[in-house]
Amino acid sequence: MKFLSNLSTQRVRQLRNVLFVLCLLPLVRLVAFAFLNRLGANPIEFITRNTGDWALYFLMGTLAITPLRRLTGWNWLVRLRRMTGLYAFFYVFLHFTIFFWLDHFFDFQEMWHDIVKRPFITVGMATFVLLIPLAATSTNAMVRYLGGKRWQWLHRLTYVIVPLGVLHFWWVKAGKNLLAQPILFASIVAALLLVRLLSPKNRQWLMQRLNKRGVGINVVKE
Amino acid sequence: MLIRIRPDQIDIPLASDITPQQVYAGRRAFMGQLAAGALAGSGLLAAGAAVAQSSGARKLTAQLNNAYAVMDKPTAYQDATTYNNYYEFGTDKADPARTAGTLKTNPWTVSIEGEVKKPMTLDLDALMKLAPLEERIYRMRCVEGWSMVIPWIGYSLSALIKKADPTSAAKYIEFVTLADKKQMPGLADPIINWPYTEGLRMDEANHPLALLTLGMYGEVLPNQNGAPVRVVLPWKYGFKSAKSIVKIRFVKEQPKTAWNMYAPQEYGFYSNVNPEVDHPRWSQASERRIGEDGFFARKRKTLMFNGYNDVASLYSGMDLKRYY
Repeated sequence: MKFLSNLSTQRVRQLRNVLFVLCLLPLVRLVAFAFLNRLGANPIEFITRNTGDWALYFLMGTLAITPLRRLTGWNWLVRLRRMTGLYAFFYVFLHFTIFFWLDHFFDFQEMWHDIVKRPFITVGMATFVLLIPLAATSTNAMVRYLGGKRWQWLHRLTYVIVPLGVLHFWWVKAGKNLLAQPILFASIVAALLLVRLLSPKNRQWLMQRLNKRGVGINVVKE
Repeated sequence: MLIRIRPDQIDIPLASDITPQQVYAGRRAFMGQLAAGALAGSGLLAAGAAVAQSSGARKLTAQLNNAYAVMDKPTAYQDATTYNNYYEFGTDKADPARTAGTLKTNPWTVSIEGEVKKPMTLDLDALMKLAPLEERIYRMRCVEGWSMVIPWIGYSLSALIKKADPTSAAKYIEFVTLADKKQMPGLADPIINWPYTEGLRMDEANHPLALLTLGMYGEVLPNQNGAPVRVVLPWKYGFKSAKSIVKIRFVKEQPKTAWNMYAPQEYGFYSNVNPEVDHPRWSQASERRIGEDGFFARKRKTLMFNGYNDVASLYSGMDLKRYY
């Protein structure tokens, strides 16, 4: 595992290409299922839920990259973050499109009515809208244009966006008292956010503890 | 298919003239293969998609009652038996079809108790013979916003009520359903207070539309659809139609019902299909007909009382926004 702490730029690029294709697989699967008539009795419900699930996985995955980098010392992980973040936006966008198209048939007024009336949709919509500036400023040119500091501040919106996404999911599931998954997701997100609140010293201590228990692979050298 | 002229000259197909499920399941599989073949270049791709569904279940035949048969196209047997809300067998809609095999439906008894002059315990045989079985094609509207059209077999619940002979104190009827951990894996999750219970006002229960149901699609009820005996109340959201009933109680007070206890603001005691009263989390004005409305079709309008206006008189003078 030692070699993982020092990957060459070219290796990282290769890894990113592989990951790019892998991240498309959930969509490929849905399209294949549609053609194979395997989306079940209620196909629209299936694709709505599935794209929502994947949006959450990518949101949480993106939030996990920095703690994971600190835990393992694999600094190259950060170079995958833009892509996972953009994929999160991509699946959120698909999820929203299904809602706007297949549920509301582009009837803006009807959709707006839904958004203001139903808190779980309000929150879901906020998740989507807040992601738009992050996706729009994801290019190198935009980072340069904004300047690193301002860009970073803007992208801290992530800390609001991901919990909002989980809250949306929570409220969807609460109606039928199916909270096991929302509780799991909320705990993961809470842990990922709390780790960031610790002082550097405490953080180092925690990471080393985790490491001793075999959670990490490499001791962080600082 | 041979089209017979009905003796009563009514231009509605006899139950036996409706395409048998094996035939249309075959057609669906064939069309799935065609679609996959055309789009993916290989008919073989669809082999996994066409789920074999010859159920081998016991046949149960009954004459179609035209007075209670909507003209909508019945939902495919495959969809009606693989897309089910039956949380005792899992919370995913595909779960019950996979896990309900453990339900033991024979022997089975339903005990009739409470405010009745003749408390009794009926076994399946007695239930089958209590009144002549008839087939009815009902719309079924789920509170979640989808609907099906299902050919049920049974008789009006009122026949059973008459036999039980309720006292004048009986104002409501309560259905208690099976809750057996050994047979029902979903009971491990305390989603609601098991057992699942449902209830009706006495006049609702006596309405001829309320069907005590023993079969569907010409066979006994599949386990995932509430075997061996359930009720079907087509003017109410689907969850009111309790499945796998073991006890019917006649009571003085409005019974506590399962979903209502969990979330009273979302699931009312009456839960009549009503396009004007939204569920807190979605509109009830429209619905998606399973298996029929295409991918890009607009949702269809939901009808008041699911189109069963006969029942309107049961609620005259009631504010249905308040008693949702």
